Amino acid sequence: MVPALRIEDLRVEFTQRGARIPAVRDVSMDVAHGECVGIVGESGSGKTQVFMAAMGLNAGQAAVGGRVRFGVADILGAGPSELNRVRGSKLTMIFQDPMTSLTPHLKIGVQLAEVLVCHAGKSWSEARAAARRMLERVRVPEAARRLTQYPHELSGGLRQRVMIGMSLMCEPTLVIADEPTTALDVTVQAQIIDLLRSLRAEAGMALVLISHDLAVVAGLADRILVMYAGRIVESGGAGALFRHALHPYTAELLKCIPSIFGPQLARLPTLTGQPPRPGEAFVGCAFAPRCPRAAPRCWTERPLLQDVSAAGAERHTAARRVACHFPLST
Amino acid sequence: MRALAGDAARRLRSNPGAVCALAAILCMVALALIGPWFSPNGSDALDWSHVASSPALQSAHWFGTDRLGRDLYARTLEGARVSMAIGLVASAVSLVFGIGYGAIAGYVGGRTDQLMMRIIEILSGLPLIFFVIFLTVIFGRSEYLLFLSVGAVGWLTMARIVRGQALSIRRREFIEAAIASGAGTARIIARHVIPNVIGPVIVYATLTVPQIIMFESFLSFLGLGIQEPHASLGTLIAEGAGEMEAAPWILLVPGGFLALLLLSLNLFGDGLRDAFDVKEG
Repeated sequence: MVPALRIEDLRVEFTQRGARIPAVRDVSMDVAHGECVGIVGESGSGKTQVFMAAMGLNAGQAAVGGRVRFGVADILGAGPSELNRVRGSKLTMIFQDPMTSLTPHLKIGVQLAEVLVCHAGKSWSEARAAARRMLERVRVPEAARRLTQYPHELSGGLRQRVMIGMSLMCEPTLVIADEPTTALDVTVQAQIIDLLRSLRAEAGMALVLISHDLAVVAGLADRILVMYAGRIVESGGAGALFRHALHPYTAELLKCIPSIFGPQLARLPTLTGQPPRPGEAFVGCAFAPRCPRAAPRCWTERPLLQDVSAAGAERHTAARRVACHFPLST
Repeated sequence: MRALAGDAARRLRSNPGAVCALAAILCMVALALIGPWFSPNGSDALDWSHVASSPALQSAHWFGTDRLGRDLYARTLEGARVSMAIGLVASAVSLVFGIGYGAIAGYVGGRTDQLMMRIIEILSGLPLIFFVIFLTVIFGRSEYLLFLSVGAVGWLTMARIVRGQALSIRRREFIEAAIASGAGTARIIARHVIPNVIGPVIVYATLTVPQIIMFESFLSFLGLGIQEPHASLGTLIAEGAGEMEAAPWILLVPGGFLALLLLSLNLFGDGLRDAFDVKEG
């Protein structure tokens, strides 16, 4: 079966003052229909850029190479009108900051209905009714009244619900959520995650969840990809990856999640050092300078993303891959 | 937007200068429109028994007459009507053209923006008076030419302002969200860019009206604008300037009206700018 999204050897490069700055280096991944994939990485790891490219959003400013297929449609080769047919209807995006992602001068109802009017050719009255049903589906209280309100009259959590509703108006096959909870309070964050989980169960769309927060991804994703310095360094089923990380970077990330059950720590552990600066050249493993297990080989030879044969008793549903010369034992 | 407009209206009401200015503008507009009906004299009727008579309330000529015996009250109001009409029409033209041009340049950006802005710079670099004289020589004096040349000045600055606003809006998240929702460039400009720049544009437009009235009066003063027997405030002032020593009221009546009108428009525009000038919540 054709996956919902297939990314092959994607490269994204920016040019700044004559210097080429790679943001994404040879990333390949599939997102199957109905699957939830979590993408985890620090700021600047290229996780957002991968999906900007997948939506054809960064074509103007960045050099994009490789192939991106959405179903059978070639995204990177598509013209603007082809892209506009797919974007917002079958391939949608939920943005990080709901406070600024809604047009301030249009009423909520109009913004929701317009998606249907533009993409599905519905009449305004039909689309308005659908907008109201959608607000109820994303559990916005007093849906009828909200339709006539402006974005600034809604709280951040409500606005993010509206954004989620907008992304679902045309029954998409794939929704890309770029840090959907980062701009929200922790309590609202949990509600939004719950909402995404139940909507996915209802609608059955594939979901890509981009986050720097492992905890957000943990509750939702079937499969997790960890990115570092523009490459995927580890991938695997969510449960397996959380139980034992193979890549030292993932292991360090997991250590940074505070636990209420563990021993009380005087200081929350954090990763030492900095991720490589954009455009910084390195020969070996990008994580070597910060890695507790780094050996001379790590500095000279770049580890490739390879399948890890599950030698142990455990059968993994999702293929387990890691890019490390000395992975932690399974 | 509605709440924003409401807040702005409240701030405007608490600014006494702007409120007085608005009242004065409304009075002057009303006077220019309905005032002539209260006058027994037509604007181009000659009264040979009162030539260059001074203002007097007991006579039929309240503001006096000019050296041809024409009633200055009627002529000033006609001039005001013409000046206001030119100010409004030319502002509207510059508004429509400037918004369209500026929004496209600012939103599309890149080479298109560079090219469009260079064109604006070339146009604003032309010596305008020379240009107008040139046009007048070629096409003869006409009111349409006046509209054209006055409108040609107004939209340049308007386009610059709109372009600056559009430039700051094009990288905002809601534009990116609109692109990601599959909206085309034309739709984004019409629906997401222009409505969001309209605040500062309205403010600038209220300041354009006095500029254009001023410019029209200036052209008419030089004899390039409205022709006799029609009057604009500029032609009346030009006429009055010739009689300044013998009959100062011929200058002072239209001059005072113009000064009051410009002052009120500018005060109101400033008040409007202050009222809209808030950080977005």
